[in-house]
Amino acid sequence: MSEQAVKQPPAMTFGQAINMAMDEAMALDRRVIMMGEDIADDQGGGVFGATKGLSAKYGVDRVRTTPISEQAIVGAAVGAALAGYRPVAEIMLMNFVTVAMDQIVNHAAKLRFMSGGQTSVPLTIRTATGAGVGFGGQHSDMLEAWFAHVPGLKVATASNPADAKGLLLSCILDNDPCIFIENSASYGVSGPAAEPGARVPLGKAAVAREGEDVTVIGYGPPIAHALAVAEEMQADGISVEVLDLRTIAPFDVEGVLASVRKTRRAVVVHEAVRAFGVGAEVSSVIHENLFDDLKAPVQRVGSAFAPVPFSPVLEQAFLYQRQDIADAVLKAVKH
Amino acid sequence: MSDVETMNDELLLDIYRRANLVYQSDEKMRNLILSGSLQILYYSPRGQEILAAALMAALNADDYLVTTYRGIHDQLAKGIPSSDLWAEFAGKGNGTCKGKGGPMHITHPETGVMVTTGIVGSGMPIANGLALSSQLEGDGKVTVVCFGDAASNIGAFHESLNMAQIWKLPVVFVCQNNLYGEHTPVALSTGCDELIDRAPGYGIRAVQVNGNDAFAMYGAAKAAVDHARAGNGPTFIEAKTFRFFGHLLGDDSHYIPAEEMAAAKAADPIPAYRAALLDRQITEATLDAIDAQIAEEVEAASAHALASDYPDPAELRRDVFEKEIAA
Repeated sequence: MSEQAVKQPPAMTFGQAINMAMDEAMALDRRVIMMGEDIADDQGGGVFGATKGLSAKYGVDRVRTTPISEQAIVGAAVGAALAGYRPVAEIMLMNFVTVAMDQIVNHAAKLRFMSGGQTSVPLTIRTATGAGVGFGGQHSDMLEAWFAHVPGLKVATASNPADAKGLLLSCILDNDPCIFIENSASYGVSGPAAEPGARVPLGKAAVAREGEDVTVIGYGPPIAHALAVAEEMQADGISVEVLDLRTIAPFDVEGVLASVRKTRRAVVVHEAVRAFGVGAEVSSVIHENLFDDLKAPVQRVGSAFAPVPFSPVLEQAFLYQRQDIADAVLKAVKH
Repeated sequence: MSDVETMNDELLLDIYRRANLVYQSDEKMRNLILSGSLQILYYSPRGQEILAAALMAALNADDYLVTTYRGIHDQLAKGIPSSDLWAEFAGKGNGTCKGKGGPMHITHPETGVMVTTGIVGSGMPIANGLALSSQLEGDGKVTVVCFGDAASNIGAFHESLNMAQIWKLPVVFVCQNNLYGEHTPVALSTGCDELIDRAPGYGIRAVQVNGNDAFAMYGAAKAAVDHARAGNGPTFIEAKTFRFFGHLLGDDSHYIPAEEMAAAKAADPIPAYRAALLDRQITEATLDAIDAQIAEEVEAASAHALASDYPDPAELRRDVFEKEIAA
């Protein structure tokens, strides 16, 4: 059989998947609206092109280019959500979300609770970030732990395009405020295509690879590195399970414990700075529940305790590396 | 600007009733706090009752309101039932927000009160979103957002006026300028002489009014609300007023010159409005009857609040998310 005859499964990029999720949501519910800087087609369909074609299809009333006013953008999304809309606010980069933290932390996250359940804020904030692309200290931070620490917010991110589509669609249709994190460098990265209409449930981790000896738990781009490490380790007779959290908050405690109960060893990895990161929480939950079963302390992999530097040499020194995951796996196995 | 001519007795008495409900509720609240029966942070609206009453009388029942922690005058004037509001102020399980919001975070969608924020200036971006929903929905509702003079120094104010104007949103920004932000006078915190001077930079329709004059305040509010409802966009109203009990109940207002306080109290809008109505041949008996009815309402509401039960601790797990958190 010639190579041409091998049927390739259809593929799509992260960018296409994210666009597909918003397109499906807008088609499904007229109360899904978009707000963000440059997101209408006349302004380029967003800096990463994620909303391309949506204003042409659904109109500029529903796909609204905004001033560079992050408080006003998120605040307007909160208000529209209180009135029953499902706004999707694109905050170009995660560091810019800090400008709107009051609206997110004091309002979006708390209004359901503080109103005694009379109101809700079904809004989604999409934002891109990630180091390794030379964007420097104010365009690259991974701040997911900030949001995960606030009761009332849900935080999700995907390691592959199909999950990106399914998770984002779930976020938009969810009745709680969601932060959906995209990776700046991954919009053009391909993977198996998402099925039309398919959703990925929030709060459910996925076993990206089954294994017996150690579980590597992560989310987003580190999952690809963990899978590569698992493949390498296989040759050395170490069987690595890779668990993709997909939803960072609230995370799938049962899924994590089920996997680690089996492997009895765990490594948690994220790109965010290691100290005070999501990995600390996941690690603690494992220790609290499975201390007697563990064969080794849970290992954590993350980036260095420094602002994201510009110079490529420094940036790579800052970033967690694939080798760090491999080292942590070996440390856990050889404990 | 005031349409005194079109303000019939029914409307004037409606404003009277709203203002005096606030006045009597505030007096009762202060007494209960100062006597130790109620332990809450309280930002008295004493002096700002007429402003709120005239403003809310210009709204439809289902128009949206966003207000701030000094908000009980706005909330009562907008129509939140006294007993539910009082129970929430007392932290009781049968309050508007099941005791989970408290005085600074009152929500009551049935009367259009969507958000009360404890963060200075933060209501304005949210008001834009409520107004955007009305614009998209074509439901004819107008959103009013109240805030103090100090909020005009925070970034959200500027972002919001700009966005409201470029999107022609049906929103009315009401700056209740009581001349002090916490303990600092406007002149020390604000670069322009009048807060209305900030509006032209955003191209937004703007009106300055004596908020303590019910006729002027109602006229300004009605015009702004009609303008918004007709699809013509937002208005910024600077309504001048004063507060008699400082920033937080218990502060002694030492930062307010005695002459200024005395002059403000001499111009107390509550007796002034009563006198204005008597001048218009509304009888003492009519006003006394309203006062008596309000006194009964306030007495019943406060007693209800004090006698009600605190919430079940299990409420902590509810409303964090849509789905209850496991115990």
